[in-house]
Amino acid sequence: MNMKTTHTFVEIIRKMSHLHIVVGTLFVATIYVSFCNLAFAESSFLHVSDYTVSLFGKYLCYALLALAVDLVWGYCGILSLGHGAFFGLGGYAMGMYLMRQIGDRGVYGNAELPDFMVFLNWTELPWYWAGSSSFLWMVLMVFVAPGILAFVFGMLAFRSRVSGVYLSIMTQAMTYALMLAFFRNEMGFGGNNGLTDFKEIAGFSLQDPHTKLGLFVVTAIALAIAYWVSNYIVKSKLGAIITATRDAESRVRFVGYKPEYYKVWIFVVSAMIAGVAGALYVPQVGIINPGEFSPLNSIEIVVWVAIGGRYTLYGAIIGAILVSYAKTRFTAIMPEAWLFALGGLFVLVTLLFPKGIAGALPGVARRFGLDANTNDNKTNKNNAQSEEQGTLKAPRAGGQ
Amino acid sequence: MIVDKAGTPITATDNVQPDTRHGVILYVEDVSVSFDGFKALNDLNLYINDGELRCLIGANGAGKTTLMDVITGKIRPDTGKVNFGQQVDLLQLDESEIARVGIGRKFQKPTVFEALSVYKNIELSLAGDKGIWTSLFGKLTGEQRDRIDEILRTIGLTNEAFYMAERLSHGQKQWLEIGMLLAAEPRVLLVDEPVAGMTGQETERTAELLTSLAGEHSVVVVEHDMAFVRSIARTVTVLHQGSVLAEGSMSEVQSNPEVIKVYLGEDSGEDSGDDNSEGYPSESGEEYIEASSSKEG
Amino acid sequence: MRRFISVLFCCLVSWYAIADDDVNTKDSTAASSSIDSELIELVNQLPNTKLNKMQPLVENIAAIKSHKTREVLQILLAGDLYYLKSDKTLVNAQKQNDGNYQLTNILTDEALAPVKKRAIRKIRSNNRLRSAIRSFIAKIDLTDDDKSTRYGAVEQLLEKPSQETLDTMRSLLPLEKDADVANLMQTVLLIEQLKHGKIDEQLSAVAGLKSSLEPVVLNTLSALSEELSASEKTQEQEQLLTAMSKAIATIESKRSNYKFIENVFFGLSLGSVLLLAAIGLAITFGVMGVINMAHGEMIMLGAYTTYVVQLVFPNLIEYSLLIAVPAAFVVTGLVGILIERGVIRFLKGRPLETLLATFGISLILQQLVRTVFSPLNRQVQSPEWMTGSWQINPVFSLTFNRLYIILFAIMVFFTLLMILKKSSLGLHVRAVSQNREMAKALSIKSDWVDAITFGLGSGIAGIAGVVLSQLTNVGPNLGQAYIIDSFLVVVFGGVGNLWGTLVAAMSLGSINKFLEPITGSVLANIIVLVGLVLFIQKRPKGLFPQKGRAVD
Ligand SMILES: Nc1ncnc2c1ncn2[C@@H]1O[C@H](COP(=O)(O)OP(=O)(O)OP(=O)(O)O)[C@@H](O)[C@H]1O
Ligand SMILES: [Mg+2]
Repeated sequence: MNMKTTHTFVEIIRKMSHLHIVVGTLFVATIYVSFCNLAFAESSFLHVSDYTVSLFGKYLCYALLALAVDLVWGYCGILSLGHGAFFGLGGYAMGMYLMRQIGDRGVYGNAELPDFMVFLNWTELPWYWAGSSSFLWMVLMVFVAPGILAFVFGMLAFRSRVSGVYLSIMTQAMTYALMLAFFRNEMGFGGNNGLTDFKEIAGFSLQDPHTKLGLFVVTAIALAIAYWVSNYIVKSKLGAIITATRDAESRVRFVGYKPEYYKVWIFVVSAMIAGVAGALYVPQVGIINPGEFSPLNSIEIVVWVAIGGRYTLYGAIIGAILVSYAKTRFTAIMPEAWLFALGGLFVLVTLLFPKGIAGALPGVARRFGLDANTNDNKTNKNNAQSEEQGTLKAPRAGGQ
Repeated sequence: MIVDKAGTPITATDNVQPDTRHGVILYVEDVSVSFDGFKALNDLNLYINDGELRCLIGANGAGKTTLMDVITGKIRPDTGKVNFGQQVDLLQLDESEIARVGIGRKFQKPTVFEALSVYKNIELSLAGDKGIWTSLFGKLTGEQRDRIDEILRTIGLTNEAFYMAERLSHGQKQWLEIGMLLAAEPRVLLVDEPVAGMTGQETERTAELLTSLAGEHSVVVVEHDMAFVRSIARTVTVLHQGSVLAEGSMSEVQSNPEVIKVYLGEDSGEDSGDDNSEGYPSESGEEYIEASSSKEG
Repeated sequence: MRRFISVLFCCLVSWYAIADDDVNTKDSTAASSSIDSELIELVNQLPNTKLNKMQPLVENIAAIKSHKTREVLQILLAGDLYYLKSDKTLVNAQKQNDGNYQLTNILTDEALAPVKKRAIRKIRSNNRLRSAIRSFIAKIDLTDDDKSTRYGAVEQLLEKPSQETLDTMRSLLPLEKDADVANLMQTVLLIEQLKHGKIDEQLSAVAGLKSSLEPVVLNTLSALSEELSASEKTQEQEQLLTAMSKAIATIESKRSNYKFIENVFFGLSLGSVLLLAAIGLAITFGVMGVINMAHGEMIMLGAYTTYVVQLVFPNLIEYSLLIAVPAAFVVTGLVGILIERGVIRFLKGRPLETLLATFGISLILQQLVRTVFSPLNRQVQSPEWMTGSWQINPVFSLTFNRLYIILFAIMVFFTLLMILKKSSLGLHVRAVSQNREMAKALSIKSDWVDAITFGLGSGIAGIAGVVLSQLTNVGPNLGQAYIIDSFLVVVFGGVGNLWGTLVAAMSLGSINKFLEPITGSVLANIIVLVGLVLFIQKRPKGLFPQKGRAVD
């Protein structure tokens, strides 16, 4: 490469916003994985195995979930320790649909009732299972179920101005209560075992590698859309308002906004994104059970975001993928060490890198001359505005 | 929900026109606030005329900030009435609704949105629809841009427009907060200690700004800097232990025996001339009434 | 305040005394083991006595006061008394699986070589003799020096009375000095009277039984009244029936009252556990403003300390808790100080970051325990004095472990309150928590105060762990189960208010225990959680909110 092409290359990258970079990377990665999965024989070293495809699909779901948490935590200062609840609800909505798709192929061969209901001697579907066999209904519920929970919880909590640590603990109690509830057989969601043994989704067999690849691609698209939406939100005036709410909620009130409704709104949007993540996750791993509601799971999401760097959308994604990848590797090599590593990561990141990986990135980018903000002319409006959106400020963790 | 006196709701987009036929825009009547038995406001009565510039003085702990908290809805009084014009009962509204009907406030401790740029700070404060969907999809109109630029010029932060607010100095933050107040175009401005931390020259500019605002807006200023008060005040209200002690022009108030007794009765020797901003002649100790603190509790 | 504590202390001491009493009486019966020579002589006559001459001999044996007497009679009654054909030694013979007999000398208790059936012969008895023996045994028990033996004997009579023993008891009743035993005897007789007496006797029996809570009384009364109401009645019977139903109603309302008290007791004991778990948090969170998610793991460490103490001193199980409480306090306190110095102090004023970092620590501690002690649950023993219960009446008893836990929790609470209110440490802690800079300026060593406060909170969590080790399995996840509850208690009570924590813990415990019988424990848990969430909406600052301008 000669000097000139290098230069233009640098120029292009400089001009790209992180929206382009993230969506572009996703696009390239998806094409690459799909191509290598389909085009190369299993023996080829370029081949990407079906297992890996599913694994990546799982990571992308996590990334989606992390994005949801970052929206409320990084931008609005609501540290939710209960986002697993929304993920779980989305997952259960999908799980119910998949259960109904089994039809009479279950162990008991009952066309109407899922196996566990037959096992419990139930004779008919509970009312809340109505409609669960419809794909469209499922899609609707994936948004509505987490949305309603978030709305009710948010209305109650934010309107009475519960915030900070109290709120975090309440979210944790929420997911904990849901976990206890879903463990009960009488709830009609399969109790301990949850929902599993799925056969097909919208007519495609879940055992078929192509379906798996399809799910992976759908997840990637969902992530790209969610990223675009989130990016739009945080760049809008609404984004500025929620950030202002994070730092000085009462001041926002005196300016004439009702921060509680803004919080509810962003909380609901975030819950819906989490719900979608859960729904995409379930067919790829083949099971949903109450363990998804455990407080530990929710806290793990927060770690992803903290490590990746909150208050940047791409940070959340990087964090989710890296930490999950590390977890996969660790648990394969030395399972006992994983909790040590995770715990250590927590402590180190909060102590040493409060801005997370994304906080360290601009420095790296500057070193290679790739950062748009390196030119000093700050009075230029566009430049300055991108600085504002840029990631330079490490937000304090919440509205104290 | 905002309701007028008859109980009919007024939506937020309606430009609530307070009924000021009696020339009074803010009625504060028999208001009492107590904290654990301590009366921060004690049967306080205060009427602010439409378009007037009123100065509020009083020792530390006299209840000035508490009064503003009551008017802006941050604190609910135990008893009393607070009305905006004749028809709007402020006690029925919450903070954001009060802000939207047209009462703006600058805090004693400057509070701006630190993680946002100066420009965004003002943009958020602009008068207009404060609903969620407008915030999400709305774009700035050219008119609004001009308005923001104008305000930036007024507060002298044009060059800092795209700085994060956290980078501003204390005085600049004071200005920014005043700018945010201007952007909201309120009918009534409550300004708590606007010149604390400003240089003499800036103090002068603030004085000019506030005086020019009066007329179109009603302005209530709390300030300990007596020279500043003297330079802007037409009417001065003295608060003491949560109620109004005296009201009138600066010289009237100064010669009021009650005021002298309260402020100078005990420790008149204390003179805090060092606090005096340059550009204003230092006068006798009597001017600096804040020197005698009558805080109790 | 001081008086209250001293009263508490007295209570505690007297409990120890009672517990000791039990042990002592057992010892004394075991000690007097020299066998009366008269008894030996009489017993040795047994093989040579004909069946029809047995009764007087047995009566003579029964008249001898010795612990052996009862044993011999018991064996005879069970049909296990044999003698060796060779030398007429009296033995207790038990048939083994291989058909041989296992022998024990009944007088010396020494075990003899097993023999074939041929080598021994049974001391025969008949129905009359056996019923006589039964009443002898009853008499022995009823005249025993130990009150609880007498009580037990009467209780047995209550279950299945026989005519002779009833007669024996009737004769003994005037001699009985202990009121409890006498009352119970009275009850037995009244039931007898109720069952078999004439109608006016029955009526007076009902009047006498009205205040008894023995289940048998209620059963008898209901059975009788059912029987009565089914058949034709005379006027007097009608009267009896109403008297009985009144009595039943009285008894049942009393029972439900006691059920209520029992629920309160259970609630308080659960509340005490919650209090112990939460109070350390109330200090670190409420006073210092530090969110310690590793608090649950401090509790767990305390529980493991108990386990280790018992491992190291296997002979001192009785005292293990007394050793474990200070040990756990020190261990977890030190760990707490380490955490504060190593991590938390760098995160001052950033509560959510603190939350994350301490959560990381909690994961590490859990894994550490898993690696060191295995992921399986460990068994921690309970000392003798923690087991058993205090039977207040037939339907109401308080288990000692719960009782001790309540008292202990309250003691810890007030000690802590004293420390924070009265000591200079408390003053410094409050000063630092309210205005760190100013406190520094007044040359309070704020760093030191932070470390000590955090150590104190953690140490108390450790003590809670010792208590929990007596109630649940000790495993790496022990703490997790309590962390959410603890936080809720603190938040419910109002942060920074120890009294609030006390009230919150006790009321949450009680609510839980009252719901449990109605809804089942899981649902009770959920209801409490949801209720709390709703409560926090209504009163975000808890039951006893902290006041002041700095709060918002
Ligand atoms: N939230 C609160 N809780 C308890 N006391 C309060 C609270 N707010 C105000 N006070 C008390 O009410 C009194 C009046 O306070 P206020 O802030 O209104 O005084 P001020 O006139 O503004 O004084 P300064 O000139 O120092 O600003 C003070 O004594 C203060 O201690
Ligand atoms: Mg003030």
